[in-house]
Amino acid sequence: MKRYVIRRLLLAIPLLFAISFICFMFINLIPSNPAEVALRVQQMPVITEEAIAEMEEMLGLNKPFFVRYLDWLVGCLQGDFGISYVNPARTVAGEILRSLPATLQLAGASFVIVIVLSIPIGFLCAIYKDGWFDRIMRGAVFVTTAMPPYWVGLLLMWAIGVKLGWLPTNGNGTWQHLILPAFTVGLSYISTYIRLIRNNMLENMKQDYVLYANVRGLPQKSIWVKHVLKNSMHTCIVAMGMSIPQLISGTIVVENVFSWPGLGTLCISSIFNRDYPVIQTYVLLIGVLFVVFNLVFDILQTVSDPRLRKEN
Amino acid sequence: MKPVLELNQLQVSLHSRKQNHELVKGVTFSVMQGECLGILGESGSGKSMSMKAAMGILDKNFLVSGSAKFLGEELIGKSSEELRGLRGGKIGMVLQNPITCFDPLYRIGNQISETFMAHRKWGAKEIRERSIAMLNKMKIRNPEEVLEKYPHQLSGGMLQRIMIGIATSMKPSLLIADEPTTAIDAITQFEILNELVDIKKNYKVAMIFISHDLNAISRVADRIVVLNQGTVVDQGDFHHIIHHATDPYTRLLIEKRTDVMRRYKLALQGGV
Repeated sequence: MKRYVIRRLLLAIPLLFAISFICFMFINLIPSNPAEVALRVQQMPVITEEAIAEMEEMLGLNKPFFVRYLDWLVGCLQGDFGISYVNPARTVAGEILRSLPATLQLAGASFVIVIVLSIPIGFLCAIYKDGWFDRIMRGAVFVTTAMPPYWVGLLLMWAIGVKLGWLPTNGNGTWQHLILPAFTVGLSYISTYIRLIRNNMLENMKQDYVLYANVRGLPQKSIWVKHVLKNSMHTCIVAMGMSIPQLISGTIVVENVFSWPGLGTLCISSIFNRDYPVIQTYVLLIGVLFVVFNLVFDILQTVSDPRLRKEN
Repeated sequence: MKPVLELNQLQVSLHSRKQNHELVKGVTFSVMQGECLGILGESGSGKSMSMKAAMGILDKNFLVSGSAKFLGEELIGKSSEELRGLRGGKIGMVLQNPITCFDPLYRIGNQISETFMAHRKWGAKEIRERSIAMLNKMKIRNPEEVLEKYPHQLSGGMLQRIMIGIATSMKPSLLIADEPTTAIDAITQFEILNELVDIKKNYKVAMIFISHDLNAISRVADRIVVLNQGTVVDQGDFHHIIHHATDPYTRLLIEKRTDVMRRYKLALQGGV
């Protein structure tokens, strides 16, 4: 077990380097000069060749590609992610840290909504298979999977925010502000997991251990919850864990729809301003989150399965 | 004396998309206390289906009709909760794939104790003592350690013995063994059959032994019912089946067996 964890941790290191290189490379392929954009954003009246050269010098853009990459990488490893091109008074780390709490709050609320809704609904769909509840939910799952989140967000804003006036449509501050965007981000995950849990449970119900539990006369509830649900959840753990970084990155569009002041909004405005260091750091952060959560939930699954766990 | 289990014209059909497939077409037989009834038949003949129908562990898609009386009580039409109380209590059952029959995520001790808790109001200490006593009776070494093991850490033979132990620990009136020797190796098969013969002798239980293995059946069963395509085609003791069976599948099984026995005897006598 210890060896497995150490091996997985070591394997993650080259993966992280690859991610950092790829995201640096692709962002530097964008065909526009960030120095020029920076000058324009800083409202320089006349942009001259000298001004651009001076800006390039200041931002280190005149150095060769690999030198810039190495500089950036070494900086990242020391926790220094550079300064914003657009507003050199601000550090990238500061910008990210300023927006991170709002995004984490949104993703966290979504995750709670996803778990709280999808597990019970998936469970009920499986035990009442082909009943009215299952049929309605299957229809709902089908429809919600096909709807893009930004559109769902607009619909919800219109129906619940404007027409009914129950919840605020944008901004943040109170828990009421959180409900609509969190639900919008989580909606497609709710349907995915309802389907995943339902099908997993139905598959498990065909297994011999369920037949034998019935043969032993165990109570129906205990067979469903203690045996079938636990075995089904077990295969869902990794998928659910991986949804956390997906939710964090998935807020990017929804945050803009609901003007939520998080990472997504920061990222979109940085893309418009060609603020390379911020975009790079954002992409790197999401990449690292994916690697870390994948690692953590793989290890969790191994630990929780007696067949995979090697006891010395 | 009343039979322990009495099936009368038991029928099972699979209901799907307005089509009815008859799987068991009116099966009648009974088993008395202290007697072991062997049910012989190829796969798909309805042998295990008819027992599952009587025990109420078939899916909702299966329609069951006819009568199945347990100690004079009609089972068909009983609520699923009433049947649940009988299963694992008055009716013990052993299944054919011991390795897949236990939940892989729980320790053996947990799965034994949940069965005991479903049928008796015993405290934790009594459950543990009885679990260990049961494992000892089933000749399992280091019972304390076995209770802490997960199913994948034990052999098929051991799990099969634990299954028999669980099935007999509630002092059932009826023990159903559904192909208990199919999924395990020859030596373990021999031990498991001995175990069942011992149980028959010592517990005065009515036993139903389902198998397609004529040899295994002949070792434990007092009387044999042969099923083919959902109907009873032959019935009688082993001797009767060997010499008077009319059903072609039964004959095939008998011929194979006598052929094997002939060669075996030849080899013993020093032949080629």
